Amino acid sequence: MVGLATVFGAGGGTSSYGEVEETDLILLWGSNARAAHPIFFHHVLKAIHRGARMIAVDPRRTESTEWADLWLGIDVGTDIALSNTIAREIIVNDLQHHAFVEGATTGFEAYRDSVMDWTLERGEAVTGVPAEAIREVAHAYARADRAVICWTLGITEHHNAVDNVLSLINLSLLTGHVGRYGSGVNPLRGQNNVQGGGDMGAIPNKLPGFQDIERDADARARFEAAWGVPITPRYGWHLTQMFLAMERDELRAVYVIGENPVASEADNQHAKHLLETRDCLIVQDIFLTQTAEIADVVFPASASWAESEGTVTNSERRVQRVRKALDPPGNAKDDIWIIARLAERLGVDWGEVTAASAWEELRTLSPMHAGMSYERLEALGGLQWPCPDESHPGTTFLHGRLWAFDDPRAQGTKAPFSVVVDDPPVDALSPEYPIRLTTGRRLDSYNTGVQSGGYTSPLRRPESIELSPEDAAELGVGEGERVRVSSRRGSVEAPVHVTPSVRPGLAFMTLHFPDQVETNRLTIEATDPKSGPAEFKATAVRVDKLSERAAVTGRAE
Amino acid sequence: MDLKLMDAIPTDEERAAVDALLGPPETGWEGGPRDAASETRVARGGRAARERRHLLLPALHALQASAGWISRGGLNYVCQRLTVPPAEAYGVATFYAMFSVEPRPGTVVHVCDDLACRLGGDVLGKELEATVGPAGVPVGGGASTWQRSPCLGMCERAPAVLVQRSGADAADDAEGGVSVAEVARILAGAHVGGFARPTDPAAPSAPQTWDEPGRAGLRLLRRVGRVDPASIDDFRAHGGFEALRRALELGPEGVVREVTDANLLGRGGAAFPTGVKWKAVAEQPVRPHHFVANADESEPGTFKDRVVMEHDPFAVIEALTIAGFATGSDRGYLYVRGEYPLATERLAHAIAEARRQGFLGEDVMGHGSGFEIELRRGAGAYICGEETALFNSIEGKRGEPRNKPPFPVQRGLFGRPTGINNVETLINVLEVLRIGGAAYAGIGTEGSTGPRLFCVSGHVARPGVYEADHGITLGEVLELAGGVQGTAKAILLGGAAGGFVAPDDLDLRMTFEDARAGGYTLGSGVVMVCNETADLVDLCLRIAAFFRDESCGQCVPCRVGTVRQEEALHRLVTEREIGSRDQELALLGEVGQVMRDASICGLGQTAASAIASAVQRLGVFAGAGA
Repeated sequence: MVGLATVFGAGGGTSSYGEVEETDLILLWGSNARAAHPIFFHHVLKAIHRGARMIAVDPRRTESTEWADLWLGIDVGTDIALSNTIAREIIVNDLQHHAFVEGATTGFEAYRDSVMDWTLERGEAVTGVPAEAIREVAHAYARADRAVICWTLGITEHHNAVDNVLSLINLSLLTGHVGRYGSGVNPLRGQNNVQGGGDMGAIPNKLPGFQDIERDADARARFEAAWGVPITPRYGWHLTQMFLAMERDELRAVYVIGENPVASEADNQHAKHLLETRDCLIVQDIFLTQTAEIADVVFPASASWAESEGTVTNSERRVQRVRKALDPPGNAKDDIWIIARLAERLGVDWGEVTAASAWEELRTLSPMHAGMSYERLEALGGLQWPCPDESHPGTTFLHGRLWAFDDPRAQGTKAPFSVVVDDPPVDALSPEYPIRLTTGRRLDSYNTGVQSGGYTSPLRRPESIELSPEDAAELGVGEGERVRVSSRRGSVEAPVHVTPSVRPGLAFMTLHFPDQVETNRLTIEATDPKSGPAEFKATAVRVDKLSERAAVTGRAE
Repeated sequence: MDLKLMDAIPTDEERAAVDALLGPPETGWEGGPRDAASETRVARGGRAARERRHLLLPALHALQASAGWISRGGLNYVCQRLTVPPAEAYGVATFYAMFSVEPRPGTVVHVCDDLACRLGGDVLGKELEATVGPAGVPVGGGASTWQRSPCLGMCERAPAVLVQRSGADAADDAEGGVSVAEVARILAGAHVGGFARPTDPAAPSAPQTWDEPGRAGLRLLRRVGRVDPASIDDFRAHGGFEALRRALELGPEGVVREVTDANLLGRGGAAFPTGVKWKAVAEQPVRPHHFVANADESEPGTFKDRVVMEHDPFAVIEALTIAGFATGSDRGYLYVRGEYPLATERLAHAIAEARRQGFLGEDVMGHGSGFEIELRRGAGAYICGEETALFNSIEGKRGEPRNKPPFPVQRGLFGRPTGINNVETLINVLEVLRIGGAAYAGIGTEGSTGPRLFCVSGHVARPGVYEADHGITLGEVLELAGGVQGTAKAILLGGAAGGFVAPDDLDLRMTFEDARAGGYTLGSGVVMVCNETADLVDLCLRIAAFFRDESCGQCVPCRVGTVRQEEALHRLVTEREIGSRDQELALLGEVGQVMRDASICGLGQTAASAIASAVQRLGVFAGAGA
């Protein structure tokens, strides 16, 4: 969200699902949406069946890339090199959208100069992708009448995540593929309401409705008036900064709602230790997660679907109603009820807060939600923000304002190009750690498996380390054989799954089965200072064959 | 593409059979050897790969011919090559009767036990049961087996058999008038070719062509029995490609005008005006257009198209080329039913010859416009004679009919505007262009112009294909065939989807308008005579079983209705009625009405008509014990 907010002033995917279905070219970059975002991928499939082309950029030959007209198997962490090479190819062939670049952007000259070194040959040398294929992508994207770029964690789970995002946005600015129907830039969300969390201010620098907590004094004043308390005009911490603050012992009490950091954080042994040593750890969840197990207090919560009233916001900014169908089991309570009671014990009486009353308050404070009454949300099947008043139909795509070249007031701030520099993964390969491990997800499991592990699936395989046939042969290991996987931080044992979907030198694991294999013992906690997520996608590892006895018994040492 | 490929691997023979059709795989992703250095960096596929989906049926034929069945390994390899999920390909393979997904003997003899062959007493099937053993049991050391089959389209030479032989010398062969001894020899391992093929051009299954007096005035059959079906030169020496020359002179609009003036109505059963259809396709702005020749002749009792294709294959090629030219289509598809190996072989040869001589290809007859014909082979599915089911089959899918609209002229094969005509309709166009639309309209009656082919079988002296102008009476058709043997008890018109008429209905005029007014149908031109030895109850049960078996199962009225119909008939026959006999007959009527009103396609809509006619016109099932 940081990259999008930097360029466009709002952190959200710019296109609607319907537009993805009607675009001409989908550039799926760092996303195995077929497995990880299957619902979104259905919209991609509709586009494909309609005749749209799809190009996939991914180090692995995933299920998603099998649908692609062209797949580029880049080296992990070389996304900026690829995008800069594409940009140069577009510019030297004079395929950029001249009117848009001149009328709607700033900083083109500096950007142009910064990519001029990225010849196809250099791009090939750095990314590993043949120059001809890079050229093809550049021409296809620039010449498409409509094109969308979609990405997920393959772009953002890197130490330079924001630069990766900016490099993709650069391509959209260069070609005018943003702010038009069927053209846009779209991060795909992993949960049904990640977007809603950001919209509601669950990010450290924004009030609800993406109103800046430091810079937007008017907004701050409105919230202060409504809430009757002063608001400190200072950015908070994002998750990674919180852990750093815990290391400094500055942060002593932690209240975790619906997260499982003990399992999901990179270098998770360290994270667990930090959480265990807080003065107070509160966990509010629908399951007794690994994090809840070490908490001082656990609040059993109702499920946000089926057991709660409220709204969710999806990747296309569509706010939708969810309704309660069941009472939660046992003593589990609605999140709003728990928070209100906690406030009461802390000395603030909010009265009877309900989802509806909280929503009505939001509408008075967040202009982009002002037009969304529950009645309208129900009648119209949801509304896409911004929706400033009750006659407004909602907004299909964002940033159409950029195209108002002749009307500076309507256009607002032009979109800046960003000079981004290729910066390889922090965890460098070496003779000792020669294999690049990347992580990801499978179709039938969800994150750390807390919610999906309890269900059987005919597709599910146990955790394994996926190796290329060539590497497996060289290591002398076969399908199902347990091996030791070691990084500079830790080491785990896992069975081998031999698959052609990875190339020699590349390995893959999921994070779905922390009880079987704690993949995050291996990963590096190198984070992006601008947005936070850790570099889950690039770990240097070595794979060792176990001794005969150990391999059979499943025990080493 | 979520292929979820299986671990099963093909045999070398299966791989070779598929590669012979598709060419060798280019990368490891397609099932070839893996080259990790190059193919883990870039791969192509997507639309280009998916667009080869239509090769699924030919690939399954290749596997079936190679191994005698479609193994998991073979299926998996085809799926990898064509990027089709195995579950879906399995659904396709199991749809068609000629494919087996279970191991079975390499030689399978299909013995027809449908209507016409039954009228002969099902001698072959009964004797095989007595001498060789029951159907479906392997014999000859497990190398062969026999099974019963729906109509093989060789009713004039009942009993008919089809031999499917797989392996290195894979070949299919069909023949009629076969003795038990001949079948036993094949089952014992005798080589295919044991049958005398009807290669003698002097004796095709069209008795009118056997002598000069009979030949006089023949239009559609004028070359049958007179030309060598393998020789393009002989075809040209007998007026071949003159109609195509005329069409190129007239231009597309001119051809459509002639066909419209001729008032040529479709012979496939629906009697739709051909000129209207062609004009509609030609005027569609969406390109490209396709044209399909429907040679999936599967209506029990029908064999006219087979005789034409076997004995005058170039005429079909010429007519399809004209249709393509008139409708602005750049590609024609000839879909021949899988049970017609000889017609398939001769058409394939004719296409190759026409291409070699410049009558097909980029520059047809040097006129500047191009046309190509692809021959596609069905695999045993009556429903594929329905036009939209046929499109799905060509596209490599289960042959399930589509909802209409959109109609084929708007969105047909591969979603493009498509013209489709039955073989007989197409060859009529040659005559239209030969004599002119107006002259053609003078043949027959005002409402039913032109000549017509009749498939006369059952208890007549000379079964075969007969040509006569519309307006001939039923009695006259029977006279052409040498008259009834014995005493007629019933006559089936239009096949299983048609209806019975009474033996004294000989004055019925064979025209569309008379049929409509009289409540009977010409259908595909079937005239099947049942004499006093015929068991009409047995024929009705067979018709009911046929529709139950051939229903694709997609829409409920047909899927359930065909089963209920058969059950009710069995209850009547065994006198175990639920309620009274009248109640059962009323139920039959209601089930028939539901199928007629609510089925997606013609199969369900006509599945009750023959049985209803037997009940109403002939009084079958009326009395106890029928």
